[in-house]
Amino acid sequence: MLINAKELDYSALNQKIREADGDCNISECLGQRFIGAGMSDKHIEISGIPGNAMGAYLNGAEITVNGNAQDAVGDTMNNGKIVIHGSVGDAVGYAMRGGKIYVKNNAGYRAGIHMKEYKEKKPVMVIGGRTGSFLGEYQAGGLIIILGMNKGQTPTVGNFPCTGMHGGKVFLRGDVNGITLPKQVSVRAATNEDIMEIKPYINEFCRLFGFEQEKIMSEKFTVIFPDSKNPYKQMYVQN
Amino acid sequence: MGISYIYPEFEVVRNTARCIGCRVCEKQCANGVHLFDPELGCMTADDAKCVDCQRCVALCPTRALKIIKNDCTFRENANWQADTIKEIYKQAESGGVLLSSMGNPKPLPVYWDKILINASQVTNPPIDPLREPMETRVFLGKKPSTIERKADGSLKTELAPQLELSMPVMFSAMSYGSISYNAHESLARAAKELGIYYNTGEGGLHEDFYCYGENTVVQIASGRFGVHEEYLSTGAAIEIKMGQGAKPGIGGHLPGTKIVGDVSRTRMIPEGSDAISPAPHHDIYSIEDLRQLVFSLKEATNYKKPIIVKVAAVHNIAAIASGIARSGADIIAIDGFRGGTGAAPTRIRDSVGIPIELALAAVDQRLRDEGIRNNVSLIAGGSIRSASDIVKAIALGADACYIATSALIALGCHLCRTCQTGKCNWGIATQRPELVKRLNPDIGSERLVNLLTAWRHEIMELMGGMGINSIEALRGNRLMLRGINLTEKELEILGISHAGE
Ligand code: SF4
Ligand code: SF4
Repeated sequence: MLINAKELDYSALNQKIREADGDCNISECLGQRFIGAGMSDKHIEISGIPGNAMGAYLNGAEITVNGNAQDAVGDTMNNGKIVIHGSVGDAVGYAMRGGKIYVKNNAGYRAGIHMKEYKEKKPVMVIGGRTGSFLGEYQAGGLIIILGMNKGQTPTVGNFPCTGMHGGKVFLRGDVNGITLPKQVSVRAATNEDIMEIKPYINEFCRLFGFEQEKIMSEKFTVIFPDSKNPYKQMYVQN
Repeated sequence: MGISYIYPEFEVVRNTARCIGCRVCEKQCANGVHLFDPELGCMTADDAKCVDCQRCVALCPTRALKIIKNDCTFRENANWQADTIKEIYKQAESGGVLLSSMGNPKPLPVYWDKILINASQVTNPPIDPLREPMETRVFLGKKPSTIERKADGSLKTELAPQLELSMPVMFSAMSYGSISYNAHESLARAAKELGIYYNTGEGGLHEDFYCYGENTVVQIASGRFGVHEEYLSTGAAIEIKMGQGAKPGIGGHLPGTKIVGDVSRTRMIPEGSDAISPAPHHDIYSIEDLRQLVFSLKEATNYKKPIIVKVAAVHNIAAIASGIARSGADIIAIDGFRGGTGAAPTRIRDSVGIPIELALAAVDQRLRDEGIRNNVSLIAGGSIRSASDIVKAIALGADACYIATSALIALGCHLCRTCQTGKCNWGIATQRPELVKRLNPDIGSERLVNLLTAWRHEIMELMGGMGINSIEALRGNRLMLRGINLTEKELEILGISHAGE
């Protein structure tokens, strides 16, 4: 179903999407928030710029944005897929516990913080460019893959990545030179096994955005992982 | 041992003339205090491990046990009291942050005890609740401020979503993980039977309890544990936890040792992994950001559920509440500094935040002054201990009260304040199966129903005495209250007169 978002506010637009029988194609989107919140069964394609919290609590639906998206994309997402043919704002994938987010270009601050996994439910986020500061804070599970393409001289991630990380993995294409990591994480060059783990997602990333897989995989990857599942264990004394 | 040696706080006193060596105490004490000595042929006790939970006392068949406060003391000193000295020893030894549980035990003022309730005499008759109908039902949610009509002149009657409570009480948030499965089941069943609500806390909702959804408030905190679409749509309301009275400015942190079995499954994180909910939601730095979270939840649940925002009572609570009332939230829950918790840093618990009575009065007044009181309902919590506390809270401006510690006491909690150890002998603040099964949900829910049924009668009696037959007419009715032993300033903030005035 075609929906022209012009002059619709977010609740009216979302109501239309909810009521639509099948997939939705939204044109002239202009900052409407919460698109697809909690939805489980549609494919939503957006032209224009969707507003904050797009795909919040997403529960299996798929969202494609033909351009940039704003803050809080995929907040507490449970399942489904979000594909952004551009850049995203801050806090993408906050506390996401399942599903996949692919961003062609860059992500803002606090990408992937509080990401979690449980058994077979493992969220994955692939960012083609670089991310701002505070990447993966309190990460408790899942995979964050930062490819650092077209980043120029800037480091792949901003300041203070992985603070409080206690689960999951962050993959950086390239090394961690110039990036200051907190005490509670370790770093290793990606092993074969690590590479096998991310390959399907790199593959999908390339398919979605038309990159060459060999070219991306030709560079080395670095893995950041937590030392402990209990980063604050030693801090307390019973009183 | 040595400089940091702390003499046991309690002494286990066993009347050997009564003790029959049945070893019940030994089986009942998860702290391993009691031990049968086969050589001596009698029971012994290691007082150092005792937390004074009274379990063994209550179960000893011959009443042979009592636990008393030890009289071995440091030299008396009003400034350097024993607890202060011991805390310094503990920290000098370990370098750790002091961790406590349950509410603030310090002798700080309890304003409920300094507020007195009115009764009618001669000129306006009291009402006999046994004879006359009394309305204790309340609806929580946004209320219209004006009467609006449709084009054809008929009244607009669609309301924002409301929670209907048979009496102005709800069980406040206690997560599965911080308390046991059986404690949750007791609360859920009691809430259903009473026509009120219990609250999942931030640990997700156990699959067995989805059936109580109509009487459940589902909570979401910064860690978003166990939050997904089904969880949100199952609850009758959604509560965003911004803060908690026992630990304002501090997040939740359930240690990995408690993330086992079903707790891990319900929180949707692996066993043994810490569950960290930091103090800030890292996507909320303003009322505008809060509004975004509120409306993302409304969108995800199609505007069918009221959204509660829970905050701790802190210094600028009136201004904060005014912001929340404009954020689109339907209900504000304010948690005072005497509220309980499964674990909180001692210093935060004992010295951060303000009493609920002052916070509630300030918030209600501020929202009235700004003409936005109808935007939201107010829930007051943080050590509501009795029916009269509830009546006072409502007269100060609350729509309903949250209770937690009193509910746990009804379930058997003896306030030993060691929930953080996970060895609750009463089967409440523990995940050990052999301890959890001590709390029978049949009995637990019945005791909660008894407690609140009794409170409801008391509320009706107190209202009847004032000549008021409906909670609605009591709300914010501060003329029904008088203060005793309060300063001008305290009376001013509470918005009440002194007794005798
Ligand atoms: S900890 Fe409780 S059960 Fe154990 S000895 Fe002390 S009072 Fe008795
Ligand atoms: S819940 Fe259990 S451990 Fe906590 S104070 Fe009550 S009796 Fe003690």
